[in-house]
Amino acid sequence: MKIRLTVNGEPREADVWAGENLLTTLRDALELPGSKNACEQGECGSCSVLLDGALVCACLVLAAQVDGHEVTTVEGLADGDGLHRVQRAFVEAGAVQCGFCTPGLVVATVALLESNPDPSDDEMREALSGNLCRCTGYAKIFDAVRLAARS
Amino acid sequence: MSSSPSSTLARISTATPSRSLELGRVGDPVKRHDGVPKVTGEFAYSSDLQAAGMLWGKTVRSPHAHARIVELDISEALRLPGVHAVLTHEDVPGKKTYGLEFADQPVLAADRVRYFGEAVALVAAEEPEQARRAAAAVKVVYEPLEPVTEMERALEQEPLHPDRPTMPKEAGSHGYRDDPRPNVVRTLVVRHGDPETEGEVSVSGIYEIGIQDQAFLGPESGLAVPDGEGGVDVYVATQWLHVDRDQVAPCLGLPPEMVRIHLSGVGGAFGGREDLSMQIHGALLALRTGRPVKIVYDRQESFVGHIHRHPARIWCEHRATRTGKLVNVRMRILLDGGAYASSSTAVTSNAACFALGPYAVENALIESTCVYTNNPPCGAMRGFGAVQTCFAAEAQLDKLAAKLGIDPIELRLLNALAPGDFLPTGQPIGGSLPVAEVIRLAAALPVPEAETLPREAIRLPGGAGNTTRGEGVQRGIGFAVGFKNICYSEGFDDSTAARVILRADGSAEIHCAAAEVGQGVTDVILQVARTELGTDHVVLAAPETASVASAGSASASRMTWMAAGAVQLACRAALDDQASAGGGEVDVERIYRHARTTPLDPETGHITGERAHVAFAVAAMRVVVEVDVELGLTRVVWIGTAQDVGKAINPLAVEGQIEGGTAQGLGLALMEEIQTRDGLITNASFTDYLIPTTLDMPPVESVLVEDPEPDAPYGAKGVGEPPTVVSTAAIVSALRDATGRELTRVPVRPDDIVF
Repeated sequence: MKIRLTVNGEPREADVWAGENLLTTLRDALELPGSKNACEQGECGSCSVLLDGALVCACLVLAAQVDGHEVTTVEGLADGDGLHRVQRAFVEAGAVQCGFCTPGLVVATVALLESNPDPSDDEMREALSGNLCRCTGYAKIFDAVRLAARS
Repeated sequence: MSSSPSSTLARISTATPSRSLELGRVGDPVKRHDGVPKVTGEFAYSSDLQAAGMLWGKTVRSPHAHARIVELDISEALRLPGVHAVLTHEDVPGKKTYGLEFADQPVLAADRVRYFGEAVALVAAEEPEQARRAAAAVKVVYEPLEPVTEMERALEQEPLHPDRPTMPKEAGSHGYRDDPRPNVVRTLVVRHGDPETEGEVSVSGIYEIGIQDQAFLGPESGLAVPDGEGGVDVYVATQWLHVDRDQVAPCLGLPPEMVRIHLSGVGGAFGGREDLSMQIHGALLALRTGRPVKIVYDRQESFVGHIHRHPARIWCEHRATRTGKLVNVRMRILLDGGAYASSSTAVTSNAACFALGPYAVENALIESTCVYTNNPPCGAMRGFGAVQTCFAAEAQLDKLAAKLGIDPIELRLLNALAPGDFLPTGQPIGGSLPVAEVIRLAAALPVPEAETLPREAIRLPGGAGNTTRGEGVQRGIGFAVGFKNICYSEGFDDSTAARVILRADGSAEIHCAAAEVGQGVTDVILQVARTELGTDHVVLAAPETASVASAGSASASRMTWMAAGAVQLACRAALDDQASAGGGEVDVERIYRHARTTPLDPETGHITGERAHVAFAVAAMRVVVEVDVELGLTRVVWIGTAQDVGKAINPLAVEGQIEGGTAQGLGLALMEEIQTRDGLITNASFTDYLIPTTLDMPPVESVLVEDPEPDAPYGAKGVGEPPTVVSTAAIVSALRDATGRELTRVPVRPDDIVF
């Protein structure tokens, strides 16, 4: 079936099969591999995207569901060459190691700061608990969130 | 070298990010050079690769832990739409087996499968769904055999590898002793002093460690592209490009130069990418079909797609004087290597050599044995044998301290190993090893005050599950010290090559095949090159096997030391060459080697030359926990650690390694274990195999102790493993303090605390 959606502000079309998830459509058909495929069952958050502004795991959303909707992926956050403040903070704070979880964590942090511009440490920990990182132990990710909230 | 061992610099990290630099030199807190592409989503991981005309590969795997293959029929799979190839063991043109030390693992199983998930056949199709359907249509008839799943019984059961390549004839040269028992991968016995020496007191215990998974987030994946001339290029996430090539090429029946391995974006490694995953399989399919072939494992397949940390059972007896001086330590270590050898021989040895911890003991008897079973194959994981023994030995020290009524930290200081002391292998500690100093610094870190009640559920054990308001919650403080070697050992001396193209204008291009797995070695290479060449204009070429010699493996806490050494050497040679030529462009390659090691004596476990190990690193850790003793739920409140890093080339990355390594040790202490039933993995998903989340990790305060290693470039030691070695032991020490229980097994389960 054909779906029409807005991705990172641009109208896009894709031919999808009924069982296809949004993550596959983004990565393969729409050539946006920034959203990652670490578990594909909603446990790790590596494929976090914004669907009409709400944080979702793209692997748990059927492509067919997003017909007519708006999706923002990690590729859509930077403004030209200018990084989003959350992206900048992740680089500055050393919050990136292998980086496989990073796109999902960046998107989840953007969603957090939209709804809560100055989160407490506990709020931050709870809000990001759906995003697994295996490299950093999260300390520098918390530093990045604090830095982004201040900037 | 910036300072002598006596002028140690201790630095305490702050809660705010360190000062960062774009073009930092050695010692600066450098922002990752791949940071921007990683935060924008542009960085290409091995699972993101695409090529024109690409097919999708899929692996058919065994549903049995042990079975004979009675029939293998690919005809139906071949007839399905979109299918281009279905391959079995008969289609492997070269050597049929591979492996890091013994080539005991079939590329594709022929007549027998030895573990759940073993590769049996391969499929390539136009679309991933077609490949999945075709894989399901490959007909394999198995005759199940009784699986060998108990480590101790394995020593008496039918051998799983009756035709295994035996210990090489030159076995003595690798320090391997003959062991007539069936299913032994390797036994190492280390006798030190008089192992019959009695003490005035003794404590004993039996400790167990479950199977831990590396659980890197980027699944095994890669793209194999035929070159049209019979050769192949493999783009893959790996830890050691050249040893991949040297295992892949013989199985393809090709000379090494016709197989080129390229490093693709690596989504974490932690030892799990030392062994091959899709490399040979993808290359076979690509060469057969003449098309690029991509293989990506899903999470379930990833749990059988790489080796794991060895589960272990460890028997210990520590004998001491009444004042707490250790006089004799006796340990028997049994490791389950699973179905194939991988790097088990080296893990066996590491477990034995560092079993005592960083303590000076005059007498010891250590036996370390690794067995074959039909459980998941085990090999390298961060800490590599030292994690298991640290958990056991540190528990013993706490037990001894309690028995003697001595402060556990004082007991450790009393026995602390120092330069000039000897390891049980007879090797003297020659370089830097500030054991007492890291113990004192970690012990001096102030623990946070106990939080008052009532408080938010998220700050209590059980968290948002809202299981307690504070009743039944007890606080505990623990301490442990971890110890491990740096670099390869026992005569397995490897090297790292670097090539520098230095242009007339002073800019440079560096080639080095060191695998960037997230640890930040590319920044180390660039920092060293900028420092040595005195310029900001340095680029690093994409790592691959054709343009430069081997870098060795990104493992054993060796890559920073070795890559820094190679790049330093090559840069200095390039400057010399350019000066002698009076300018112009020069292109030099240099190979860096660490001090030579020799094997251990197969009978005594003693050194046969000056050293079996190159250098050592130590970390001490203090932990505060709260435990709901009624429900067995735990909250780790705070962790403070002091680590011997030699010299922090990039302090920001060093802190990241300490925090991340600590998290993996926390996982093993509290939640991470691959569950098996009759050899079958029953929790192959992130729903059932839990790794620490933001809610599980406390703040980690780290002190970097810079005591330069005399032989290392800039004095730098590897830093990745010590935090993982120590944190499991330190966290369980705190749990014991909170609960009064022995807690002899990790991960600690709620039942272990409640019942």
